Amino acid sequence: MGSLFRSEEMALCQLFLQSEAAYACVSELGELGLVQFRDLNPDVNAFQRKFVNEVRRCDEMERKLRYLEKEIKKDGIPMLDTGESPEAPQPREMIDLEATFEKLENELREVNQNAEALKRNFLELTELKHILRKTQVFFDESVPMVYKSTSTYSSNKYRRYLQMADNQNEDEQAQLLGEEGVRANQPGQNLKLGFVAGVISREKLPAFERMLWRACRGNVFLRQAMIESPLEDPTNGDQVYKSVFIIFFQGDQLKTRVKKICEGFRATLYPCPEAPADRREMAMGVMTRIEDLNTVLGQTQDHRHRVLVAAAKNLKNWFVKVRKIKAIYHTLNLFNLDVTQKCLIAECWVPLLDIETIQLALRRGTERSGSSVPPILNRMQTFENPPTYNRTNKFTKAFQALIDAYGVASYREMNPAPYTIITFPFLFAVMFGDLGHGAIMALFGLWMIRKEKGLAAQKTDNEIWNIFFGGRYIIFLMGVFSMYTGLIYNDIFSKSLNIFGSHWHLSYNKSTVWNNNYLQLSPATSDYEGTPYPFGMDPIWQVASSNKIVFQNAYKMKISIIFGVLHMIFGVIMSWHNHTYFRNRLSLLYEFIPQLLFLVVLFFYLVLLMFIKWNRYAATNAFPMTEACAPSILITFIDMVLFKNSKAPGKDCNIYMFAGQSFFQTIFVLIALACIPVMLLGKPIKIMQARKLANEEVQPITGASDAEVGGMSNGGGSHGGGGEHHDEEEMSEIFIHQGIHTIEYVLGSVSHTASYLRLWALSLAHAQLAEVLWSMVLSLGLNKEGWLGGIFLTVVFAFWAVLTVGILVLMEGLSAFLHTLRLHWVEFQSKFYMGHGYAFQPFSFDTIIENGGAVTETE
Amino acid sequence: MVDAYVPPVVITVIWAFIGIICPFFARGPNRGVTQCCIMLTAVTCWLFWLCCYLTQMNPLIGPKLSMNEIMIMAREWGNEIKDTMDVEA
Repeated sequence: MGSLFRSEEMALCQLFLQSEAAYACVSELGELGLVQFRDLNPDVNAFQRKFVNEVRRCDEMERKLRYLEKEIKKDGIPMLDTGESPEAPQPREMIDLEATFEKLENELREVNQNAEALKRNFLELTELKHILRKTQVFFDESVPMVYKSTSTYSSNKYRRYLQMADNQNEDEQAQLLGEEGVRANQPGQNLKLGFVAGVISREKLPAFERMLWRACRGNVFLRQAMIESPLEDPTNGDQVYKSVFIIFFQGDQLKTRVKKICEGFRATLYPCPEAPADRREMAMGVMTRIEDLNTVLGQTQDHRHRVLVAAAKNLKNWFVKVRKIKAIYHTLNLFNLDVTQKCLIAECWVPLLDIETIQLALRRGTERSGSSVPPILNRMQTFENPPTYNRTNKFTKAFQALIDAYGVASYREMNPAPYTIITFPFLFAVMFGDLGHGAIMALFGLWMIRKEKGLAAQKTDNEIWNIFFGGRYIIFLMGVFSMYTGLIYNDIFSKSLNIFGSHWHLSYNKSTVWNNNYLQLSPATSDYEGTPYPFGMDPIWQVASSNKIVFQNAYKMKISIIFGVLHMIFGVIMSWHNHTYFRNRLSLLYEFIPQLLFLVVLFFYLVLLMFIKWNRYAATNAFPMTEACAPSILITFIDMVLFKNSKAPGKDCNIYMFAGQSFFQTIFVLIALACIPVMLLGKPIKIMQARKLANEEVQPITGASDAEVGGMSNGGGSHGGGGEHHDEEEMSEIFIHQGIHTIEYVLGSVSHTASYLRLWALSLAHAQLAEVLWSMVLSLGLNKEGWLGGIFLTVVFAFWAVLTVGILVLMEGLSAFLHTLRLHWVEFQSKFYMGHGYAFQPFSFDTIIENGGAVTETE
Repeated sequence: MVDAYVPPVVITVIWAFIGIICPFFARGPNRGVTQCCIMLTAVTCWLFWLCCYLTQMNPLIGPKLSMNEIMIMAREWGNEIKDTMDVEA
């Protein structure tokens, strides 16, 4: 049998590694991914373990790599990802790697710092440039009327400047300062009007103005102008809008006050010369310096880009290497150092079939490290519960994941996954059955499968896509089976295919047809050919929209019960395999047999009744096997269980379908009832007897034991009896457990059988939804004629297609998926599945790197 | 009369071939699982077809058709409506 039918046999092994070879061997085992290490130092603090320094170094390296990655991403340089995994480097190579990273990081930091300083400089120069330009405007506007001479522009300004600087002309000051200034000015007083110029961010400007006004009591004068282009903030690269301002004041006190306020609002002040010639000189100097700075800045950025591009080529490789080193040292931390300090001891879970491969890997590791002592792999005997390991490939992985989501299988119990590969898509298809929708689903699954490699390489974080992609094989199989059931239901987008010609024909004449709104065909006459449509549902039923549902309900309900009962019997038979494997004879005799009998005798009989009814009753039969006398199977079943005498389904009809039915039914119900106490009491009583015997052997001579035995055999085991093994359950516990188990099974068999009727319910809902979309959406479009009709049809078709994919394929698909999952998890698996195991998590580089370096410290 | 049995026999033979003969040709490391899958597919699909066949074999009711539907059947399926029809009771 393939290994997927049961989980693999595991062995607990002890591994003796020479200290020099340990690193290489663990590296080989990590590449292999077949060994689960146990933590032999569970009470040791993470900081006191042996290789904590190395782990710290690896963390440092990872930090440096992350910094590099961030810088590379900031510049938008693509990182080369070949997808191949380099081997873990030797310990001595680690030092080289560390040196390389250190160098790169330092270089990058230096470049960044330089760039920042240069940018700050650049910002200052740019602001100065703007100030020089804008203050020109301020000084121009200040004295418009005074000098109307036609002298040159520059001399105008020059003279105005002289006036300002010398404070001789009161009139100018009057222009500058306004009315208050005139009043305030005493003639002859020495008014020295000072000014400061600077740059402030635009948002702070109104508050700044207000503060100035309040603090200086309106004795300062602010002019401002916006800088149109945004400036780059050197620290974070944001674009900020700023404004140039110039403040005029008189006196030193105001000057200090103004300066303090500027500081508080983080406005940068620049020395602005008063004379226009000086300003022009300064402006030119600033322009040259800005150009120089630009060149230097460009070169710095180029250098940085070059460094990053060179690093980007190897970054992914380095990440993988560092993660592997870290993983190896984490694993080495789990090992024990033996007494002689020369050897590391490890305990690990290993699949038995792979011991050879592991030995080979260990040998390779020792050869690589150049050590002479071969490693030793010793198998240990243990009573512990081994982990559950199911070897899956890309196809079976998804189905195994479905099962594991409910609970990981106990060690070596029957694995439902291989059967789920087919039963899951099949039961889904019974609920989904539509050729068209199934085709859409199958094509989607097929596309994902064909483009597997490409799609897998694009690692996205989109959860929904990852779920769909992970289940691509499931989706494909579900689609294919849905196409098959769609053919059988004869349903393609709610229409039927007429491949073989309908086996129902009309036999009414013209006048009958004209005079009646509805006519029903009769299976007793030649309306019905006598043989059924060879493959699937006759296409006439889709045409007969009036009573299609009546006919199909009967059909679908019956198939739901048929498949349900068969699925459950399959589940019970799986428990037989479990019992035989685990040599659980008691369970086999007192659980499996009564369970199977109960199910078969009641519910398989129900299934048989359906087949008998299908076979025996026909409209063309002679009385009393005509369709008028066909009994309801449900009523028959209920009467059977209640021991009621059935009524005849019609006048003069037979009560029963076949001879001896009432006798058989009584027998079956009695057998079923007899199974219940066997299930309830059989196993616990046997266990009790076995324990009694064991006790008698232990204390054969003492008279007290006889009394004990007598007491125990009388009592219902409510005290559990003395002398029990210390770790076994008490008798009362066993009885209670068995009681719960029996009630669960007996009541469950009824409720689970009815639960399978969801197969009917969902398939009905699906068919009706498809029909609604047809009659309410698409047929409206198809009814219109002409050119306009064509355009209308295009729009309607788009609408119909979106609704079909969104509601019918996606929503109904998800719904049917969920119900199928429930049917498997509850109705099928409750018959045999324990699910108390824990998954095998081997030390594997692939999983560690996939998870982005999130390494578990303890197993 | 024999013709009536041809379709069910053919279909049963096809599924029997898939379910009984084909598993012997399964190869590869997952031989057991492949055989299991093929057999399960054959059994479930054949049973599904069989139930549909049996349910229509002896129908207890016939389809109820509206006048419109009858006329469409007459036109598309060549089921002509004549003044008098030959009806076998």
